[in-house]
Amino acid sequence: MKARVHVMLKNGVLDPQGEAVRHALGALGFDGVNGVRQGKVIELDLAEGATEADVTAMCEKLLANTVIESYSVEMG
Amino acid sequence: MHAAVVVFPGSNCDRDLAVALEAAGAKVSMVWHKDSALPDGVDLVGIPGGFSFGDYLRCGAIAANSPICRSVAAHAERGGYVMGICNGFQVLTETGLLPGALLRNGGLKYICQTVGLKVETSQSAYTEGYNAGDLIDIPIAHHDGNYFADDDTIARLQDEDRIAFTYTDNPNGARADIAGLLSENRRVLGMMPHPERAADPVHGGTDGQALFRALAAALVNA
Repeated sequence: MKARVHVMLKNGVLDPQGEAVRHALGALGFDGVNGVRQGKVIELDLAEGATEADVTAMCEKLLANTVIESYSVEMG
Repeated sequence: MHAAVVVFPGSNCDRDLAVALEAAGAKVSMVWHKDSALPDGVDLVGIPGGFSFGDYLRCGAIAANSPICRSVAAHAERGGYVMGICNGFQVLTETGLLPGALLRNGGLKYICQTVGLKVETSQSAYTEGYNAGDLIDIPIAHHDGNYFADDDTIARLQDEDRIAFTYTDNPNGARADIAGLLSENRRVLGMMPHPERAADPVHGGTDGQALFRALAAALVNA
């Protein structure tokens, strides 16, 4: 069983990396990019029987820092 | 004072911290991250700078979940002293012993330079060797030192006089210019600047010495 976790900086937390990417896109002539937020995707290969609640617990304990990051879990 | 300095794979300021503590009169034990217990009679735990676990996932995140960190948290909960410098500060926010988080520097660059700090409070074992308002020069060396906490947390830190040091010229975008802060019981300190790199005349500065001396004096009979 697979799970995919998306981790993003929360709204309101400045993302200097996303901002740098936005500037670079502008410099390459890609107009109209109003904002860029950069996050990460973590893929988990899980033993049978693992539940979304298990993955949520992993996010809370380690995969995301909920002071600054939000996360979403996709199962399967 | 008996101090334990925790060593993670990738720590690189552990010996510097041990030398600074010893120079102030402390007995120092080095503790490996896989150890599950601190040595008996430890008054202070030092979490050094470096790049624990290669900064994988988030700076300090893997270290914060290592076996020794459970003992460090228990030590802090018993009222023990813990100081985290640079990566150690990141570890302490990841364990939840200190509020907030350290984000990538606003300018995205790794910064290695001596910066001006203002001592915001002398009301702690770490800062009582200074006067509030003192200006000191301490080196920083970090890529992720941009302190972040929500408005309520920042206001609480200010109201409770828990900001230990601020930058006089904010190098990394830290909120409220915060360079170091204290826990609610004032016994846990996290700071991005490196006082152990300004603790001997050969370092080019000695403004960090007062921190270690005050700490050793406060904990001499602890």
